[in-house]
Amino acid sequence: MMDFGTPVLEPGSANGTKQVPQFNPYQDNGGTVASIAGDDYVIVAADTRFTLGYSIPTRKISRVLKINDKVMLGTAGMQADTCALHKVISTRMRMYEHDNNKRMTFNAVSQMLSTVLYYKRFFPYYTFNIVAGLDDKGEGWVCGYDAIGSFEQRKIVCNGAGTKLMQPVFDNQVDWAQSWDGAGKPNLSLEQATDLMKDAFTSAAEREITVGDTLQIYKITKDGIQLEEFELKKD
Amino acid sequence: MFGGQDSKQHTVQPYVTGTSVIGLKCADGVVLGADTLVSYGSLAKNRKTSRLMTVSNHCSLGFSGEYSDFQEIKSTLEELMISEYCMADNIPMQPRAIHQYLARVMYEARNKQDPLYNQLVIGGVLPATGEGYLGLVDLLGTNYESEMIATGYGTYIALPLLRKAYRPDITVAEGRKVIEDCLRVLYYRDARSIDTVQISTVTKEGAETTEPFKLETSWDFKKFKAGSRLIDESTW
Repeated sequence: MMDFGTPVLEPGSANGTKQVPQFNPYQDNGGTVASIAGDDYVIVAADTRFTLGYSIPTRKISRVLKINDKVMLGTAGMQADTCALHKVISTRMRMYEHDNNKRMTFNAVSQMLSTVLYYKRFFPYYTFNIVAGLDDKGEGWVCGYDAIGSFEQRKIVCNGAGTKLMQPVFDNQVDWAQSWDGAGKPNLSLEQATDLMKDAFTSAAEREITVGDTLQIYKITKDGIQLEEFELKKD
Repeated sequence: MFGGQDSKQHTVQPYVTGTSVIGLKCADGVVLGADTLVSYGSLAKNRKTSRLMTVSNHCSLGFSGEYSDFQEIKSTLEELMISEYCMADNIPMQPRAIHQYLARVMYEARNKQDPLYNQLVIGGVLPATGEGYLGLVDLLGTNYESEMIATGYGTYIALPLLRKAYRPDITVAEGRKVIEDCLRVLYYRDARSIDTVQISTVTKEGAETTEPFKLETSWDFKKFKAGSRLIDESTW
């Protein structure tokens, strides 16, 4: 049960071969976050399964943080780091509001997250993030991050355990990449994007054991944020 | 870093340990259960050590993992409860706040590469509504709330039983029975467990932990007595 970590060689010991158990501060708790951005909306989706090895200690944890009614943050990876990161981001968001007497824009949040992640470059948060939101003109955008703060702004991003199953499908269905006829197709509507998200997660849950239980889909439009819950495989 | 005269010793593996703790959230409160064994490797070192503590009038705590680290957490919590009492504002610390406090303590320790080697189960009741609260924190700072929680071998053995028994309207009286059954099944199969257990119930009326008592067990199952492979019944 207990994880004693990988034994490492102690450099300074008598024969240089003494085995010392070391504590591993990291853990992968699975989960996937994804976001599709449109002309006047953006949706953020995350599953609620919490895994520890092959166990599912609980089936309902939240991976999403509401920053304000135009911007949201989704995080996969290690739950303890996710929790700490969300606390830091919430606090800095509140400080920004008091300092500047306005809400953080999508661009401000996306830059801040990068800085917060890189601040811990040499003891990183084991988290894989997306920031989704509406810009000043009301257009949807999403940024995808690695654990140490590199990011890219796109129309479709997913991050976490199900990425390698879902990303190519999204690239094809949203950006029309690798499209066989090479023709660009019209942008997805909010309903189409939501249906695609459900299909992507249902399919990922078939093949990736750390994805499942419940899918939370947050829809960000000019009218605010709406949550839809969609049931995934429980086994 | 690896010991020696100038360096500080960090817990990298637990020595004196307690096994599973289990908890079930009920309509009118929470039930926690744990046996009273503290092991030293495979040695049953102390057979009657309480692994549950009462934190406040409406909050209990159970631990598995390193006993010494738990003693440290216990005294920190007791100090915290005293300074809370000294506020004299009659605003008790809520179970959720205690849970979150422990999560920060555990996460800070892991950040220093010096973890408190425990899984902690927090059971409580929200005094205003009488609704139960059940949460977990582990040595990495992982923390979550759930209707049913189990640590160690309990994750494999007790958690499925708890999930099956759970109803949103289950009462503490019924939950107590479920917890007792789970502890019994754990005793049958977890080699680091014992049949002396304690159960803690938290309701609006207060937090109460039983004295250690013996579980009633039965070893009369046919295959417990005969062994399942005594006669090979296979046809090939």
